[in-house]
Amino acid sequence: MSKHRRVCDGRIGLAVVASVLWAVTPSAAQDGAKPAGKQIPHEIHQKSSVPGRADIPNAEVAKQLRGIAPPPIATPLEKLPLPQMRLPNGFRAEVYVSGIANARTIRLTERGTLFVSNRVLDKVYAVVDRNGKRETKVIASGLDRPNGLAFHNGTLYIAEGTRIIKFEKIEDNLDKPPQPVVVYSDLPNTSSHGWRYIGIGPDGKLYINVGAPCNICEPLQGTAQIRRLNLDGTGAEPFALGVRNSVGFDWHPANKQLYFTDNGRDWLSEDLPEDELNRVTARGQHFGFPYCHQGDFTDREMGWGRSCDEFVKPVAKLGPHSAALGMRFYTGRMFPQQYRGGIFIARHGSWNRTKKIGGDVVYAALNRDGSVRSVKPFLTGFLQNNDWIGRPVDVEVMRDGSLLVSDDFAGAVYRISYGAPRTASR
Amino acid sequence: MIASGTRIKRGLLIAAALVLLATPGMTQSVAERLAPCLACHGENGTSTMPEVPSLGAQPAYFLLIQLFMFRERLRNVEPMTSMLKGVSDDDLRRMAEAIAKLPAPKADETPLSPDRATRVRELVAQHRCNFCHSGDYSGQENVPRLAGQREDYLIKALRGYKDNTRRGYDAQMADVVEPLTDAEFAEFAHYLARIN
Repeated sequence: MSKHRRVCDGRIGLAVVASVLWAVTPSAAQDGAKPAGKQIPHEIHQKSSVPGRADIPNAEVAKQLRGIAPPPIATPLEKLPLPQMRLPNGFRAEVYVSGIANARTIRLTERGTLFVSNRVLDKVYAVVDRNGKRETKVIASGLDRPNGLAFHNGTLYIAEGTRIIKFEKIEDNLDKPPQPVVVYSDLPNTSSHGWRYIGIGPDGKLYINVGAPCNICEPLQGTAQIRRLNLDGTGAEPFALGVRNSVGFDWHPANKQLYFTDNGRDWLSEDLPEDELNRVTARGQHFGFPYCHQGDFTDREMGWGRSCDEFVKPVAKLGPHSAALGMRFYTGRMFPQQYRGGIFIARHGSWNRTKKIGGDVVYAALNRDGSVRSVKPFLTGFLQNNDWIGRPVDVEVMRDGSLLVSDDFAGAVYRISYGAPRTASR
Repeated sequence: MIASGTRIKRGLLIAAALVLLATPGMTQSVAERLAPCLACHGENGTSTMPEVPSLGAQPAYFLLIQLFMFRERLRNVEPMTSMLKGVSDDDLRRMAEAIAKLPAPKADETPLSPDRATRVRELVAQHRCNFCHSGDYSGQENVPRLAGQREDYLIKALRGYKDNTRRGYDAQMADVVEPLTDAEFAEFAHYLARIN
């Protein structure tokens, strides 16, 4: 289309020059090649990177600790990991939509539009369901890490790295979205934990995470917190402190308290600390970062002179390096009683650990007082031979009570339903 | 920095490259597609062009991600963005796989300073470069090979990560370079350019 045309135009203009030059260029580029020089002695540095321990880890172990980048190209429909997925008896999984590379946050509207965001790519999509036929439209591109999405009274809010923008009446204009309006831009421009997660609370305010700009550090003023502000961008105030990086939160449907996931620090050990599920019972509570991890031990560098008793403890530990991200209270009626009133949590899965864990959706059952009774695996199978074939990021409850799960590794959204096979709309 | 003759040569190469890539609707072989790329990056995997990286033996997945980022303008660097406009996913994949098979670049044969090498080993231990880039700096998966890369390109890339003009595909390098200085970038580049 227009892409091609631009290239073609360039081609016409340059054709003459190029045809003359082409013959000489490849060899010219190779002129510098060769005399067999002396080998420069160097020790390949593959021993320890841990101070004081020259023996660990060895190169093979170290390799397994690297971060794994989400593929920029989605897995084709026929190769999605449906056959490997495991669910409790009576549940079934299907592909809701495929072909959305780096599918991250998902938000459903009352009308049934599904918005899907990116983190390492630049787009936000709308998936429209018309009688079971789904159509995917790009509604915004060229955005800066547009991970955060919220939908409220017809308006879509998108949180990029350094600003929140909104599209009003977006569902009436999916084919030609209006110009976005900037709502808020008082956000630090950091690469580290510089993507955002947002939600709109029962108080009608917009909540946003501002992660710590590091693995472990004394955080810059205004970071390592969940902030809240009015929908017009005014009145910003810290809501929860000592939050390393939260990429998922939701409000208890009955008591309206904010629950959030928080990712623990890296490079401490294989098994510590665990990621956290936290509950905010009052504004301004501090959840420990960088001084206390998982509510029960102080950091080996930052924790001197501190005690974990100074901070609010997590309501659940979610596994070391498990990267607990999106979470939703289950408010539907399709699933059996034991899945009602608790929280589905997507665990994206570990990188800073030799034996990977997570890459699943777990269910946290709650007691009446809002404390966590148990955390159990729900959707698994994305981890095969210590490699990912999918990585859940976010969950969303559909009107019929089924559960949508996004996967930024395969670039797809799955639908989990219970009972006799019947699909969303077909 | 770049001698004017080189600059002109590079300009013409880019012109040639754009022409050769711009043949929509016509199936090109991978070799045809790669010819203009290798004119600058080096047919044998070793670049002789200032600040143009050597691509030999880079991991295919790393290459695919970079090609994709250029096409999508997530890395906005001319002439790469123009050259990759409209190239299909499958062609990006084929190009990445073919480039990965080029021989590893030839290391800079000027002497490695032992003092600087010692300093780099200390920095590596501190910042765990070898965890992701491998003990021999050959890279893996989404992580690039560094061994034998051009010294000037390594400095350029590290500076780009530091001042955020090169936003990584994910945020890993930004975390790593945050506490590093320009003088330390020069040490890394000196060392890595001289190992095979």
